[in-house]
Amino acid sequence: MSAHFPGLVIIIPLVAAFLILIGALLDRRLAFPLTALALLGSLLTAIGLLVKVLQTGVVEYHLAGWAPPVGIAYRVDHLNALVLVAVATVAFVNLMGTRELVKGLFDDRLGPFYTLYILLIAGLQGIVVTGDAFNLYVLLEIAALTGYALVGMSEGRAPLSSLNYIFIGTVGASLYLLGVGYLYLVTGTLNMADLAVRLPALYPSKVVVSAFVICLVGLCIKMGFFPMHAWLPNAYSHAPDPVSSLVAPLVTKVMIYVMIRMMLFVFTPAFAFDQMAISEPMVWLAIVAIVAGSFMALSTRRLKRMLTYIIVAEVGYMVGGFWLGNRLGISGAILHIVNDAIMTLCVFLSAAAIISKVGSDAIDDMQGLFKKMPVTMGVFVVAGLSIIGVPPTCGFFSKWYLISGAVAAGQYGFMAALLLSSLINLVLFFRIFEIAYFEPFHDHHGDHGHFVSAVQEAPFEMLVTLVVTAVLLFALGIYAGDIVSQIIDHAIPVGIT
Amino acid sequence: MESLLANFLAKYNYWVYIGLVMIGMYAMIAKRNLVKKIIGMNIVQTAVILFYVSIGAKKGKTIPIIAHGHEDTGHHAVQALDYISPLPHVLMLTAIVVSVATLGVALALAIKIYRQYGTLEEDEIAMRIEDQ
Repeated sequence: MSAHFPGLVIIIPLVAAFLILIGALLDRRLAFPLTALALLGSLLTAIGLLVKVLQTGVVEYHLAGWAPPVGIAYRVDHLNALVLVAVATVAFVNLMGTRELVKGLFDDRLGPFYTLYILLIAGLQGIVVTGDAFNLYVLLEIAALTGYALVGMSEGRAPLSSLNYIFIGTVGASLYLLGVGYLYLVTGTLNMADLAVRLPALYPSKVVVSAFVICLVGLCIKMGFFPMHAWLPNAYSHAPDPVSSLVAPLVTKVMIYVMIRMMLFVFTPAFAFDQMAISEPMVWLAIVAIVAGSFMALSTRRLKRMLTYIIVAEVGYMVGGFWLGNRLGISGAILHIVNDAIMTLCVFLSAAAIISKVGSDAIDDMQGLFKKMPVTMGVFVVAGLSIIGVPPTCGFFSKWYLISGAVAAGQYGFMAALLLSSLINLVLFFRIFEIAYFEPFHDHHGDHGHFVSAVQEAPFEMLVTLVVTAVLLFALGIYAGDIVSQIIDHAIPVGIT
Repeated sequence: MESLLANFLAKYNYWVYIGLVMIGMYAMIAKRNLVKKIIGMNIVQTAVILFYVSIGAKKGKTIPIIAHGHEDTGHHAVQALDYISPLPHVLMLTAIVVSVATLGVALALAIKIYRQYGTLEEDEIAMRIEDQ
């Protein structure tokens, strides 16, 4: 059974997608339990895989028994096992927390909604486990297409934002496909491990250099790296709340994982860091991304929009940390993928709870919320502290690795950008805490006859999930050292010091 | 000049795909109508598909069925050089499905946008959003 874990990680959600669609036709109340069951299954499989990788090392799985390079191989090492668990956890926790919200928003479309939800997770988990460059493209498009549909499901400006997301996302994916085509042209293989063996002899070739540049640009578009981030704030802030809390933590982080996978394990570090010599400009671009993202976050008075700009800055953290090119920086980037996924989930879930109760996402409407929603706001504070980087929470530790990496690489500009961004995050979150804690509760809708004093705590399961994510933030912080020494250290090739 | 022309003629498939990508990108950037943008997006995807298809082709070779390659009964080993490479073509079957699906989602969203704003021109939509 455990021999098939890498395949099951994708097959469970894929089969479940069909069952959910059919089940929902019979009775739409079936959609949620089926989704929950499938996601629980894939979460347990992911954890099983991580345990297996920790015990026995890299797990290879040949789909339908065809050996690579002819067949498609799924290859799970420490890096993807860790990211896989993070993806499965976020998907499951978000599903549990948003049940009432989804029911309120899409009661007539529960079947399609949960089908898209689970297909998105199948795509993302597939991207993480696959060892084949073309298979990665297909799964990337599965994840992207379901993402577009989910974002466009709500009314208002969501369809327009989603359409712009399609335009930019398709260009990104097409560029990645083109880069893979160039690699296939010179090597005749699509298997990542095989590519890594055949490419070194061809490093002087201009085709390989073009492939590298085209792939990297495509991935930067997909991850929302600063100059190419334009689709991200609109798509994520206009999306329905239960969707933002799913795509915002996962999609950009999985794309950063793909970049790390391609750079370290397809193009080797010798090529990516030494021969191409683009580390310096990439780190500077990351600095610009962090500073610009932070200032744009400062300029908006809307909660979800502010959070999306923080994501733009966080993408800068991870890209910059990776391109520092030393062990500390890359460890920080990988650790931050996991931490940021949980932090973003936590902060978007509490935002969803707040918006659904207050009925607006303007920061100024959050007066007196600490009294009305103590648990939700408490969790929001924890998530905010983690994003700022206050010690017991996990945000501090990944930032610590990133800053140590910046010092070790002599990139003081990156260090300064990280510190500046922490300070701006401090302002961003304490501005909200101040409004929500000190300003008296204000009845905005009094003229219309109904009282907002009816605002009360979020539904019970939402509260439970919020508390669980907050506890996860602390747990990840406390065990950060173990995660780095037990998992991430093995994920980075030995050549990198 | 001559070498440039010779270069163009020898590798015209790459120039064609580059031209198509540029046309598609231009449409996506410069056109104000959402359907024209969607067409531009589809041209970009099709260009990449044509690129893949063209790299599998070989001049004067035949389709990858063993009986077609060797005139005799096929007693000797299969010569890969005699056949067009089928792999990129097979990959592109998947990519075509992806591009059709993308087109479908994009058009569905365009319909939703049209129902909401009554137009598909970007500047008019921007005006309606400001009015609200």
